[in-house]
Amino acid sequence: MNSIKFLYAAYIATWLIHGLYLGSLVRRYGRLRQQMKDLGKGK
Amino acid sequence: MKQAFPILAVLTAFFLVYAFYQALWVAPTDALQGDVYRIIYYHVPSAWTAFLLFFINFIASVQYLANAKPSTARAARWIVIAIGTVGFFASFVPQVRQQLPTGMYPSSVATTFLIITGLYFVIGKYFGGQDLGGFSAFILAVNTSGAMSPFMPRVMRRFFTKVFGAYGAADGQDLDVLAVTTAEVGVVFCTIVLVTGPIWARPVWGIWWAPGDIRLTSTLVLWLIYVSYLVLRRFSDSAQTQKLAAVLAVFGALDVPLVYFSIWFFRTQHPQPVIGGGGSMDPRMLHVLLISWMAFLSFAFLVCWSRYRLEKLRREVEEAEALESLMETSATFSAGKVPFSQGSK
Repeated sequence: MNSIKFLYAAYIATWLIHGLYLGSLVRRYGRLRQQMKDLGKGK
Repeated sequence: MKQAFPILAVLTAFFLVYAFYQALWVAPTDALQGDVYRIIYYHVPSAWTAFLLFFINFIASVQYLANAKPSTARAARWIVIAIGTVGFFASFVPQVRQQLPTGMYPSSVATTFLIITGLYFVIGKYFGGQDLGGFSAFILAVNTSGAMSPFMPRVMRRFFTKVFGAYGAADGQDLDVLAVTTAEVGVVFCTIVLVTGPIWARPVWGIWWAPGDIRLTSTLVLWLIYVSYLVLRRFSDSAQTQKLAAVLAVFGALDVPLVYFSIWFFRTQHPQPVIGGGGSMDPRMLHVLLISWMAFLSFAFLVCWSRYRLEKLRREVEEAEALESLMETSATFSAGKVPFSQGSK
């Protein structure tokens, strides 16, 4: 059965989606940290 | 609590690797589908996790709306208690039992009602703020007066006080943060369900998607509802956004039972549920499925934790920025540099 590639595709897709979401969280944290730095400078 | 995060993250990583190993190498091969069936170990746990997160979002949204007034909050609590009690006992009534679809056990229905009620109070306690009115005041009075001491063991009184003793209505901001967190992470898991489902369907059914199939369509609708929920929160500047989003979430959550029970009540290409639904599954496969779900649940918990902290921090920064701009404006006013102050003379 040549369906094993579908199994790999599903597992890769799952971790790709999780990776993208975690990446977006890290990016948002980074932006927020920058905003906090700017706020600190303003004072 | 902050020190707990890295420890939990490492444990979850090990748990996920263990679940991966179990799914690919330990679980037996399916006689009909071959190895491709192993998609189940990612597809089904993702669906269960998404449903759970949407359910928490529903409870947080209901509490956010109900907590607007103390009287509504109290009424909501009693309604939840009534639904939980009636649902629990009704599950065992012979007439109701006969109406349940094949494979759905009364004990699992009763447990679901208990979990719903318990979750409502736990979320209220940890995210709803402090208020000693209504039910919590009653429990506290019972505990402190010792009126029920002869009937209720000390351990039980402590338990009730711990769970119900200090929760209630506040401004609802934590509930709102919890709602947005669970909706966003739930959408991620629901996306995985919608992606892995067709990948699994192609070799097994011969098609990527069964148009008009109630299970597939209702899952897609569920995903669209929560995406629109997130879009509303992202792009609306109105002061009513939180309330509108909570209302949308309450209606959106109605789709969750439709998705879950659709395979019992409608003809669908989707197979029967593997637990409590009459579907037959090798116990070794079921064992791996549960391990995989536990691993996904811990992962979802960690992601929700990060997202929750991020949202709290974002709101704090927004408040600080608003305060700073207010102070700048007030400084400009006091220095007499505002143009329209001349016009008013």
